[in-house]
Amino acid sequence: MITVNHIWKSFNRQTVLKDISVEFEKGQTNLIIGQSGSGKTVLLKSIVGLLDIDKGEVKYDDVVYSKLNFKKKKEIRKKIGMLFQGSALFDSSTVEENVIYPLDMFTNMSYEEKRERANFCLNRVDILNANHLFPSEISGGMQKRVAIARAIALNPEYLFCDEPDSGLDPITTLRINNLIKEITDEFNTITIVNTHDMNSVMEFGEKIVFIHMGQKWWEGTNKDILHSENEKLNDFVFANHMAKRLKNVK
Amino acid sequence: MQFFYHFGKYFILLSKVFSKPEKSKIYYKQTLKELISLGINSIGIVIVISAFTGAVITLQTAYNTENPFYPRYLIGLMARDTIILEFSSTMVGLILAGKIGSSIASEIGTMRITEQIDALEIMGVNSASYLILPKIIAFVLFNPLLTMISIAVGVFGGWIAGTTTGVVSSEDFIYGIQYAFIPFYITYALIKTVFYAFIITSVSSYYGYFVRGGALEVGRSSTKAVVYSSIIILLCDVILTQLILS
Repeated sequence: MITVNHIWKSFNRQTVLKDISVEFEKGQTNLIIGQSGSGKTVLLKSIVGLLDIDKGEVKYDDVVYSKLNFKKKKEIRKKIGMLFQGSALFDSSTVEENVIYPLDMFTNMSYEEKRERANFCLNRVDILNANHLFPSEISGGMQKRVAIARAIALNPEYLFCDEPDSGLDPITTLRINNLIKEITDEFNTITIVNTHDMNSVMEFGEKIVFIHMGQKWWEGTNKDILHSENEKLNDFVFANHMAKRLKNVK
Repeated sequence: MQFFYHFGKYFILLSKVFSKPEKSKIYYKQTLKELISLGINSIGIVIVISAFTGAVITLQTAYNTENPFYPRYLIGLMARDTIILEFSSTMVGLILAGKIGSSIASEIGTMRITEQIDALEIMGVNSASYLILPKIIAFVLFNPLLTMISIAVGVFGGWIAGTTTGVVSSEDFIYGIQYAFIPFYITYALIKTVFYAFIITSVSSYYGYFVRGGALEVGRSSTKAVVYSSIIILLCDVILTQLILS
């Protein structure tokens, strides 16, 4: 379980996260939703330790991760897989080299074993015959899938996805979302996804945390959203007229 | 205050860079890659610049010492000492600060803004050490070799220019480059190049590693990397010359 306890984060005297507390369970797809600039990415980066928090703590099971030094954090980070908004693939390495990289760094596998594992991960995300292409030679959707393949190469216990659907068409978005859901079930990971895609919210939000102006405004499941009376949440989720009408029909 | 801020941040980065590597084998491979990218790929430019500058130094020395009281072999001697003492170490260092410094800063800077460095950190890799240490080791090892090449090519360029234009005979030039030769000058030049290599790679990496923003900021950070590397090289030149030759 990942536990976030009363965390605060500021940049140049501007408070971006205000007293956020939340728990994320194993084998569950957890979504952090909110408008652009609400603090979603800062929250995600604070949870994974890319940003140091000002107050509060982040716990991975019983370990207070946010208070660990770099050396000790490294041990937990080896269990983390992360999909970045822009994929963050190493652009001078091929697709296969990108997936092999964590295996190279943290395992003693032979080259053949590493290739086999990389091919397994790439097949798992439906990337075929692209091993020797560079990231710039494949589409945005494929880049996301390669990034997922790299993230699962070391069998992670925690999977973080920062806006996996940004810049993708609805069909590819659905495909990526399904893939994340399947991987969560298959690897029994704690998955935390930052998104403002409503299809993702309704489709696979087993737990949803709504962030508004740096604060946790609402928490629940995708089913709860339909019945929620929270005005800010409804304004965000049912932003357009059609969605509002649907909500009223429900 | 800004100076102390950057100075402190630079040394904190260096402490991360020189921490124990995750997997030495990977670092070894990276160092070999950097040897090719920073070292071998710089041989061409060093040869071209050294040959022409050696030629110009010889011709200028010859035209400025047209006096029957000056023996002609002094042209070779002066060309040799100028090349060894200052040109091949410091001037080539400044040129390489431009070539290598901007390339390092933009490479690391681009990795920063495209979250590739964050991806490394999330995997548990010490990104500073992984990205910067191989560059420092490779260039500190290779820069003295570049300097030796530059000295040899510079002197050869001077001989070609001097003899083909007729400003100095081949015998006088060769006698001049051997006359009153102090081998320690070579050691002095090589010591300087080791410092310069460290400055170029570490300062440029610093500017790339902490870049924030987009493509424009990456461009600015490469410019800063070249400017500050060059200034520090010149400052270091003064200090090392005083320390070593005094």
